[in-house]
This record gives sequence, C-alpha cells and structure tokens, in this order.
Amino acid sequence: MLLIPCPWCGPREDDEFTFGGEADIPRPADPAALTDEQWADYLFMRDNRRGHHREQWYHTAGCRRWFIVERDTVTNEILGASTYGDSQ
Amino acid sequence: MSQPFRLDHGGRIHRDAPLQFTFDGRPIDAFRGDTVASALLANGVSLVGRSLKYHRPRGIVSAGAEDPNAFVQLGHGARTLPNRLATVTPATPGLEVRHVNAWPSLDFDLMSAFGLAAPFIPAGFYYKTLMWPRRLWPLYEHFLRHAAGLGHAPNAPDPDRYDHVHAHCDVLVVGAGPAGLAAARAAAQTGARVIVADEQAEFGGGLLATAERVDALPAPQWADVAAAQLSSAPGVTVLPNTTAFGLYESNLVLLAERLHSDQPDNAGSESGARVWRVLPKQIVLASGAHERPLLFANNDRPGVLLAGAISTYLNRYAVAPGSRAVVFTNNDSAYRTALDLADAGVPVAAIADVRVDPDGNLPAQARAQGIPVHTGAVVVQAHGRGRVAAAELCSLDGAPLGTVECDLLGVSGGFAPALHLHAQASAPMTWNPEVAAFAPQPSHGIHPAGAVTGQLDLASVLRQGTAAGTAAAAAAGCSNGHTPAAPQAAETPTSDLKPYWLPPGELARTKPQFVDLHEDVTLDDLRLSLREGYESIEHVKRYTTLGMGPDQGKLANPLATGVIAELLGRDPATVGTPRHRPAYSPVSLGAIAGRHIGPLADPVRVTPMQEWHESAGAHFENVGQWRRAWYYPHPGESMHEAVARECLAVRNRVGILDYSTLGKIEITGPDAGEFLDRVYTNAWKRLRPGRCRYGLMLGEDGMIFDDGVTARLDDQRYLMFTSTSNAAPVLAWLEQWLQTEWTDLRVYLTSVSEHWSNIALAGPRSRDVLAAAGTDIPLARDDFPFMTFREGHVAGVPARVFRISFSGELSYEINVPADRARHVWEALLDAGRSFGITPYGTETMHVLRAEKGFIIVGQETDGSVTPDDVGLGRLLSRRKDFLGKRSLSRPDSARPDRKQLVGLLTDDPALVLPEGGHVVDAPGRRRPLPMRGHVTSSYFSPVLGRSIALAMVSGGRAALGERLYVATLHDDRWLPVRSCHPVFYDPEGARQHV
Ligand SMILES: [Zn+2]
Repeated sequence: MLLIPCPWCGPREDDEFTFGGEADIPRPADPAALTDEQWADYLFMRDNRRGHHREQWYHTAGCRRWFIVERDTVTNEILGASTYGDSQ
Repeated sequence: MSQPFRLDHGGRIHRDAPLQFTFDGRPIDAFRGDTVASALLANGVSLVGRSLKYHRPRGIVSAGAEDPNAFVQLGHGARTLPNRLATVTPATPGLEVRHVNAWPSLDFDLMSAFGLAAPFIPAGFYYKTLMWPRRLWPLYEHFLRHAAGLGHAPNAPDPDRYDHVHAHCDVLVVGAGPAGLAAARAAAQTGARVIVADEQAEFGGGLLATAERVDALPAPQWADVAAAQLSSAPGVTVLPNTTAFGLYESNLVLLAERLHSDQPDNAGSESGARVWRVLPKQIVLASGAHERPLLFANNDRPGVLLAGAISTYLNRYAVAPGSRAVVFTNNDSAYRTALDLADAGVPVAAIADVRVDPDGNLPAQARAQGIPVHTGAVVVQAHGRGRVAAAELCSLDGAPLGTVECDLLGVSGGFAPALHLHAQASAPMTWNPEVAAFAPQPSHGIHPAGAVTGQLDLASVLRQGTAAGTAAAAAAGCSNGHTPAAPQAAETPTSDLKPYWLPPGELARTKPQFVDLHEDVTLDDLRLSLREGYESIEHVKRYTTLGMGPDQGKLANPLATGVIAELLGRDPATVGTPRHRPAYSPVSLGAIAGRHIGPLADPVRVTPMQEWHESAGAHFENVGQWRRAWYYPHPGESMHEAVARECLAVRNRVGILDYSTLGKIEITGPDAGEFLDRVYTNAWKRLRPGRCRYGLMLGEDGMIFDDGVTARLDDQRYLMFTSTSNAAPVLAWLEQWLQTEWTDLRVYLTSVSEHWSNIALAGPRSRDVLAAAGTDIPLARDDFPFMTFREGHVAGVPARVFRISFSGELSYEINVPADRARHVWEALLDAGRSFGITPYGTETMHVLRAEKGFIIVGQETDGSVTPDDVGLGRLLSRRKDFLGKRSLSRPDSARPDRKQLVGLLTDDPALVLPEGGHVVDAPGRRRPLPMRGHVTSSYFSPVLGRSIALAMVSGGRAALGERLYVATLHDDRWLPVRSCHPVFYDPEGARQHV
C-alpha cells in the first residue's frame, strides 16, 4: 500500500488514486512535423528510471485533481508531491 | 496420571483448570495455559504428522510459529481450519485436532511406501519426471494431490463473520518478548499511542521460559506485571494471539488476531479472526529470533527438538519432552537447556559442543553439575525408527566418540533473527557474524530491537528495547520530557558461537540430512541444485522448493544460507537469504476477505427504475458495477422469444429502454469547443447550440478509446455521453489533458451520470407516445429534427430531450433528474399503452444496433482498431490536430491487410455464429490455420428473419461478398459464411429521420 500525499486532500491510501505514468512528457506542439521515430519516442519511450521518479497521479475517488508524485522506484518511498501550478 | 511427561510442579499452566481435547479422536488431557503441542508432549505423543514427500514420521520441533512439522487441522465441517500450528494454538476444551499428512492413518501410513521403495526423490523430480508423457499428468496429479498433505478446506460456506479493523498509532510494537515489552513501556511513558501485538496467548516471549530475573522479579512475573500495566495504560492497545504477517509500503502492517473459543465474544467458534490494518508512524520490530537446527543423519526424527524449545516446555508448560537427553550445540544457550533439564530431573547423558574451548558461565555451570561435556564434538546421526533412541557422536576430525542412548535430542545452531517482516519490505539487512545470520538494519521508521538484531543477552535486550521504544516515540513526535529507564537484568558472560554448517568430511554424505523439514529438502538436494548450476539462493529455492512450505522456511532458510556458502566455498554474507513474502504464517482466507464477500464484494449500481424492472420480471446482466435489465420475458417465454418480441416491437411500434447508465459529462467554459476539437476526431466549434453530433475519441496511439454523442446545450456548455463502462476512464482522460497539458484552456468538467436518468423511446410510434405523455416541446419533424436537442418538460418534469438513435428508428432520449425518473418512466408507459409500448433490455438494444452496424467500443474494438478499420474514416478532420491523429499516418495504420469491420451472413440463415469465432479462408488441416479475423457480434435478427454477425476481417472491406468460414471451438466444424456490408437493416438510414 502506498500512502499518497494528495496536495489538496492530504495522505490517502493508493486505492483512491489512478496512476498516470511518467510526468514531464509534454505533447509536441506540432505532431504533424515529427518523423515516425520522434512521434514513437513521445508516445512509447519512457525512462523506466531506477530510483527517483516523477510521475502523475489522479485522485479518482477524491478531489479529481492530477498532480505529480516523486517516488523512489526501488523502495517505493514517496519523496514528495506537487501540483501542476507549483511546477509551472 | 494421564500425562506421564508432565512435571509435578512449576510452569504457567493452570493446574486447577484441567481440560480435554482430542487428537485424531483420542482424548488428550491438558490444562488451561497449555498449547496443543505442550499437551501432546505431556501425554507422550511424539508423532504429529508425516512429511510431505517421504512420509517420514515427524514430531514437534519448536514451541512457536517456526515449527515445520506441527501443522494440524482444527475442528470439522464448515468451521474447520487447516494449516494451524499446534505450537501456537491454545488447548481449549473440546477442541478437535487432527493430523494433516498421513493416509489412511498417522500410525499406518501407506504413503511411506514412497519412502521405502524409492528412498529419496531428488529435487527437480517433479520438473524432470512428471512433465512427460503428458497424457499421464492426470494420474500424477491425482497421486500428488493425495500425497501433498496441507490439510483440507471446509466443506460448506463459512458461517462466521470476520472483521477488518483500520487503526492508526504512533508506535506499533511487533512482538511482546523482553525487547517488545520494554519498547512498548518506554513508548507509552512518553504519551505515545501504542499498539503491541504478539502471536502468543501470553505476552513475555522468552521471558516466560527463563529462570533469569528482571528488576529483581522472576522474569515471567516481571512480564506479567509489564503486560498488565500496558493493558491498563491509556492509549495502549494490547493484542495477544495476534500475528503481524505482512509489512507493506508506507509501513502498513497487517495483523491477524485469532479469537479463540474461550473468549466470550466468540463463543463456540474456532475460526473467528480479525485482520487489523495498522498504519503506525513508527514501528519497533521486536520479532525475536528462531533457533537454527543442525545437520546430521536422521535429524528429522521425532524427539529431536530445538534446545530453546525444550527449555520453554520445561519452564513454561511444566512438560519434559523426553526422559533422557543429549544436547548438541555450537553456542552457550543450549547449556541453559541442559541445566533446565537437570533441574527438572531429566538426565543429560551428553553435551556435544562443536567448540573446542567454550569458556562462558553456562558451560562452567554444566560441568559443575557433572553433565558430561564433549568439546570439539558433533552429533553425526540419530538412531531409532519412530523416535530418536540414541545419538552417535564424533569428534570434529571424524573420530567416533560412541553412541549415547537418549529419547530427546536438543539441538542449537545459534539464533537467526526473525527478519521476515523487514525482508518483505525489502528493508536493508546485513550479515551479523556474531550470530552467523542476517539481521535487519534500522530504516524508514522501523526500529529493530532485541534478538532480531542478533542481541541475545537479556540485560542488553531490555536496554535496546527501551531505547528503540523511546526513539520511535520521539520520531513519531511524542515527547513529554520523560526519559524511560530500562528494566535491569544480570549480564551473563558468554563464549562466542562457532558457525557449524556441514558434518566433517565424509560424514556430510550420510543420508538423509534434512535442511527443510516441511518440504523434505535434503542436503543432497542442495548439492544437486548447485551441481546443476542453480547457485543463487532464489534459484536453489525454486529448484528444491526450499522454504516454500506454509512455515515459510523459518528454520530452513538461515541454515541453507550457511550450507550453500560452505558447499560453494563462499562467504555466507554473499549468499543472501531468499526474498520473504507475506504471510509470515498462515492466515485464513475468511479473515483476509473480511466482510467483502457476497453482496458486499463489489458495489452494485442501480438506476431509479430498478424496482420497476424487478417487478416487471426482468432478467438482469452486470455491466461493470451496473445491474441492467437484460430482457423482460413474459410467462413461459424463452430468452430468444422475449428478445424477438422486444425487437419487433421497436421496429414496428415503440419500445422503451432504461439507458440511465450512460456516462454523462458536462463540459462548460469559453474554451469548451476548442477542447472538444482537440479530444474528438471531428470538428465541434461550429456545432450550433441545440444540435448533437457523434464523436470518436482516440488514444494518442490512434486507436479508438470511446465514442458517443455530444450535444451543445448552449454557447459555453456541452453534454457528452460516454459508453457505460468507460464513464470514469473518459473523465480521467479529459481531466488529465486539461490539468496537465492544456492548463490555459478555460474548461470545467462535471460528471452528471447519476444526476440525470436517461429513458430512450424508440420506434415509429415514439413521437406519439411522447406527445401523449405531455410535453411542451414541439415534436414535429421540422421543429425537432434528427440530431438535435430540446429543453422543456416531459410529464411535468424538466427534461433534456435528444433526438438521437442507437436503434436506427425514430427515437428520443429523455434525460430527467434522477429523483423524478421513475415517475416519467411510468408516465411514458401509461401514455404508450394504446400504442403497444414494450419495455426492452440490453439484449434487444444490442440486436437493434447490430442490425444497423453500429459498433460498441470494447466489442468491435479492442484497443488495436482505428476509425478507418471500422469504416468511420469520414469522422477524421483534416483541418485540425486531435489526440491520436499523428499515429494514423504511421505506415502500419495504412496497411491494406488491417482487420476491417464487415458483416457476415451464414449460408444457413438459422445458424447464429459463435462470438469470438475465428474467421478463415478455407477449412484445412494445417496448424495453425492462417486466421483472417474474428466474429465480434452475432445475433438472430427477428426483423430480417435470419442470423447476422459483425466481424473484423483482414482486408475485408475490399472483398465484400467473399466466401469465408468460421471455425467452432467445441465440435471442430467450419461454418460457411459470406461477407457483406455491415449495415443489415435500413442501409440508407431513412427510418431515424421520419
Ligand atoms: Zn485529492
């Protein structure tokens, strides 16, 4: 069980949330200008990082906000959480 | 006296409270305070089971949860419990206890023929031998099932209820031995909220079986006082009979509390249990240590016990597990057992000590008592068939030292920390050479204390426990300025342990020497595994099944680490220990399920019309969590007949469908149109208020994700319908783009799925019914045309009415507030009676849409289907970007042999194809037969009087009319079909426009 610190609701059990994959992958501004390789890179390639990982979570059964969680993928330790407002 | 091995005095049993239970039907006399195991030993029962592979006789080895042999079955019928340990089960009046692994009986075991005929089945036997020939598998399986003794399941539904308790605390103390009690006391003194759990019925652990003193009191008495103080301390929850069996991320700890029949709140039941989900701020891990067995030939004979367990039986339960003992050790602690035995009047015929020069206090005391001590000596073989009768001693260089008669052989290879919980959480551990075992390191709010750290001296353990409790409370933010003092005990100077893994020289070849008693894994099995290249401890585990029994290898794993290291000539620190997994000891499934069973297993969602459907005799189907009316059979009607009647009613007159389960999302804000343009494949900004449009939503991979109609309610407001099962994923998807990517868009999403009920009227008379029910909305064709939306009242209730159609007929979808929906539903039925209105369910809805070739996401599509694949390429805007658009220009999306939506007509019009059936070009013997596609939807169409099917067929659209075959699974037939356009009925779409 992960105790996920929702920036709006506080720490809640992970079954209230939906995982949304690696964070910080902006959608290309002009997809039509990309080669197939570049598009596939955006679409499929992820770092699958060992250790510190920034990832998206959605508080499905709560406030319905998406936010960023920093997690150690080895220990599953949650290192912090931030809103999209914070990071922009 | 019926308990020949019961001591005349001492112990913590209540001699004034005798009781009786049965073992395999035989009455066993016991006292309150006994465990099943201590009572069996008191009665001289040494055989409690037979081993898994060889059916060798096995006895009680330990006095705790680490026992590999003492698994028994409790009770009978619906309340029976398999996999219970006699060593931790309190003896209670009338308890039924049975052995689990002998057939037909414990004393006469047919399966031990296995052991006689083929003395030892090597590891990997199952993989190598039983895999082939395959046709014999049923035979093997039958045999193995019978042989594998793991008890049996209840024969009826469990009559008991199990609760889950969700609890929070500052400090959770796992284990209430000396370290745990000291820690709990210290934490409680700082004002922390404390939960302290111990798997035994009484708190105290090792304190209950030692003659040492704590704070000037006999240790058991001190434990009683400490436990009583904790029970009455504010903010402290004490949980005896409670095993911490799992440690998860965020330090969630699961506890299984066993409620036995002598507790008033669970009278008459043995199976009651509670699972606690505890989220502590800090954990003190005081789970103790397990004594390590030693290797010698026939080390599995009943009568071979861990030395510490002998002391526990003597001191705590007043039971002498034998009448003449030999002790075999590599450390000082077993000398205490020898002294305990001597005190109890059990002669100790010899102590064999691996060490050449043990110089601690305890060896000196043993010598002073005249116990024969052989140093530099080992036991190399136990003699005796049903029970140990003698121990054969050797010096370390292999020189025989004679055979000593005994019916009790106490062994001690030192104490290995019970690090299971720590290891489950992948928390760090290091090799501790003082105990020759791995020990946990403090980490992430876990404070190990006591024997689990490798510390065995009582005075030090008490200090460590106090320090851990104080530190844990402080880390949890609890402090009242009080510095708890550690309980005091005398220090006992000890001599070092000498690791001992393998018997010297050729004596290590004597057979059999068991490493894992439960799984019957021998030293030879480990050798074979290493010889075949399986050297990693995880590979050894899988090859030999080491540690894979319900005892989780508590005794076997620490021994195996050292044995493997010595066989490989490596440092045991590099060998490691296998990954531990929950549960630490068996937990009944009922306790894990708790109340989440039957109707409470999953929430059930129903519409406001549910009671009406039930009273109308509807049959229901589950769609996700929704209960949906499937069809409404008249008395005596089959499903086929009912569906045919409902279909024809819609096509010829009018039907009414409860479609409230559709997902509904309101999209508001000045940028709502722009937002829809980005998430849908077609154009939305220029859709005029009051109009509806069908939209397709793709993933970024270009594959269809959802579809449905969206209406523009007014300038800045849209209502999106999603498929029933996709309502939540679509909302999450839309929110993700809005919140993480397009944060500049002023758009707000509101789920209104349950606020608005949706009633569909469909059929040529639906306009008449709606008019008759009473509405202020003009219904004439030109006033309210197809694909528009009007707001007004229906049957006196505010309504949003959409002229959209999922049947191809003239149709109105009437959205009304959910609390008025039942009224509107009945008003429409009343108004429709004279028009022959017919309620229809989801089955008819599916037939009608299939007749029209309308896709259902998740039925025609499967996450690998593009819009063009299902013939909806016209919905792809060229003028704008949308999610997934770029993926549609990948070469793969343009392959001519992609699977495409087609219709299939069987040669035999009465034959309904199996959904999922494989479509092939021609029958043939070749395997695998090249597959052209698969049937996605298949029904009998009443209006067409024949069967119809939709299918995804490779290159199908370019070859309409081709001859194909559909394979059946069950009877190997090939059903001839012809492909066709997927719209079977009213292809020009005239009926919905009338
Ligand atoms: Zn939240």
